[in-house]
Amino acid sequence: MDWAYIESVLPLYGKAAWLTLRTGAAGILLATLVGLLCAAALYWKVPVLRRITAAYVELSRNTPLLVQLFFIYYGLPKIGVKTDPEACGIIGLAFLGGGYMTEAFRSGVEAVDRIQEESALSLGLTRFRTFLHVILPQAAAVSSPAFMANVIFLMKETSVFSAVSLMDLMFTAKDQIGLYYRTTESLFLLVSAYLLILLPFSLLGTFWERRLRHAGFGT
Amino acid sequence: MPDLGLEVLWKGKNFVRLLGGLWVALRISLIAAGISIVLGILLGVAASRKRSVSSAILRIWLGVIHIMPQMVLLFLMYFGTTRAFGWNLSGEVAAVIVFSLWGSAEMADLVRGAVTSIPAAQRESAEALGLKPTQVYRWIILPQAVRRLIPQSINLITRMIKTTSLVTLIGVVEILKVAQQIIEANRKASPNAAFGVYLTIFVMYYLACRPLSLAAKKLEKRWG
Amino acid sequence: MAETVLSISHLTKRFGDQAILEDLSLEVREGEVVVIVGSSGCGKSTFLRCINALEDIQGGEIRLRGELIQSDRKNLPELRQKIGMVFQSYELFPHLTVLDNILLAPVRTQKRSRQDAREEALALLDRVGLKEKADSWPRQLSGGQKQRVAIVRALIMHPEILLFDEVTAALDPEMVREVLEVIVNLAEQGKTMIIVTHEMPFARAVADRIILLDDQRILEESDPETFFTDPKTDQAKKFLQTFEFSRKTKQRLKSPKGEFP
Repeated sequence: MDWAYIESVLPLYGKAAWLTLRTGAAGILLATLVGLLCAAALYWKVPVLRRITAAYVELSRNTPLLVQLFFIYYGLPKIGVKTDPEACGIIGLAFLGGGYMTEAFRSGVEAVDRIQEESALSLGLTRFRTFLHVILPQAAAVSSPAFMANVIFLMKETSVFSAVSLMDLMFTAKDQIGLYYRTTESLFLLVSAYLLILLPFSLLGTFWERRLRHAGFGT
Repeated sequence: MPDLGLEVLWKGKNFVRLLGGLWVALRISLIAAGISIVLGILLGVAASRKRSVSSAILRIWLGVIHIMPQMVLLFLMYFGTTRAFGWNLSGEVAAVIVFSLWGSAEMADLVRGAVTSIPAAQRESAEALGLKPTQVYRWIILPQAVRRLIPQSINLITRMIKTTSLVTLIGVVEILKVAQQIIEANRKASPNAAFGVYLTIFVMYYLACRPLSLAAKKLEKRWG
Repeated sequence: MAETVLSISHLTKRFGDQAILEDLSLEVREGEVVVIVGSSGCGKSTFLRCINALEDIQGGEIRLRGELIQSDRKNLPELRQKIGMVFQSYELFPHLTVLDNILLAPVRTQKRSRQDAREEALALLDRVGLKEKADSWPRQLSGGQKQRVAIVRALIMHPEILLFDEVTAALDPEMVREVLEVIVNLAEQGKTMIIVTHEMPFARAVADRIILLDDQRILEESDPETFFTDPKTDQAKKFLQTFEFSRKTKQRLKSPKGEFP
């Protein structure tokens, strides 16, 4: 292992890792938002919208991110929708993740008794406030293991972003292998960088799940 | 009607070529899924014994495989083995190896979960009836575990199919690669081919995965 | 004559083809306590849920001080703030402390200051004997305590009318009394209430008017003394007999020999 070389390319990998983190975080945030909205549409049984939501969830969960990205990045510009690589990655991740997040939140929301909603409504809360203050906090306890699993899953999925020419970790490693035949060092850096990014999420997930299992309001 | 670039599909053998590409991807996923299920069941049963060495090893292996993106594992196998052992694996073989490793770890975890999810009282009451351990396994544990496992295995196959799309990035000529070739070749005649072709692939993947996930959901509901 | 708070006219409720309530009319005046009794499944609870627009209705109308209550109305949340409802299963919010359960609606919907609402909440909790439980979690309370908190949660909204839906049905026998006492107190303060219950002595003590619901409509309507001593309809007599019988049965079961015919 050539440590001098590794030191020389560290900034390069740092930049790539930052890109991975940044786009991943943005995509996950958007996916969470999409998931919340879709779960609300399903919970309220909004006519038409719930059908669209259900169809969207099936589409996003039954197709690979790579195919979604190719369609967004290479296909959509032909009908006038252009995106730069970073936006494409974020939108793709949000599209994929939105479906998974919807499922996570839906199962949590369904676990809350309907009469809890009625009880909040009978106090004069609006449907929106009821969802926000009464249903969601209770659903969160049920949803969070799936939510955490989704976060880790989506962070890992960012590894295909290089396919739409985002200069992320995969792109950088491939570049270094192709240009300078630095296979050992590149793979070492690639694995280390992903470990550094993913390990905290994974540990946080385990910790969170363990706490939730023993948690309960007021015990 | 704007030009959606769909006409290119009907030109020459383009559509058949796309289907051929899809088959390459499906073949890899089905082989890997088959290996994963067999290996995973063996490993999972071994690991379902509490505090056994095999369960400790499995957990570590699972941890490593879980945390790395499949893309990284694929890279390690494809580029790493050439470097380390001088093997020159084809992309397809590398993909089958990686997805089998990943899949059998996942499957083993599912098996372990299914077996340990059966309440101890079931085993105890069967033993109280005078059944031998192997009989308990055969008649009490397995039938219950299998009902949980079948839908989960189907879901694993769909995940495998989706994951296989990655192999285009290590140079395997599958559906996405064929698509690029078609789009490239028809650049002049149908400039909007990218839209139509990628949309078609999107739909094809959906049609390949949706029946499987639907079946899994139905079985889960019936046996849940 | 006191003013009418709630007026229900020709209310009809169906689940699919099945009629639950048919052409039911009722007026409740300010300060009045109306107790609704009837065998299980006669639609008593559904009737209360209709008043709060938790159920769609298929005919007739419900008005609170002249304002129409309808499930598709924009101002439904405001109207519901004026109707307090207490459920059989308490329905405290498990993720909020006792105090936060009580403060949620006044702070979020009436935009009252937290400080001001908190003072009132503590005063109300004190009145039901639960001041020291303000910071407890619902799951740390007994059923009777939960139900008293639920009553406070409804009271703090200063509702025009309170609806009680079999609020003691899920309680262990020794906790029934502490909840009923709170309700009797409210009646003495002149609160307007509709109460659905199976506790006959309580009904007799608290009611200004008793209504027997059966066969999708109001079968008998009278003051409590008349209802319990001189019921007019056969159904009312039969209904009261079921309680007689169960009391006799209980006594027989309690007798030392445990003999049973």
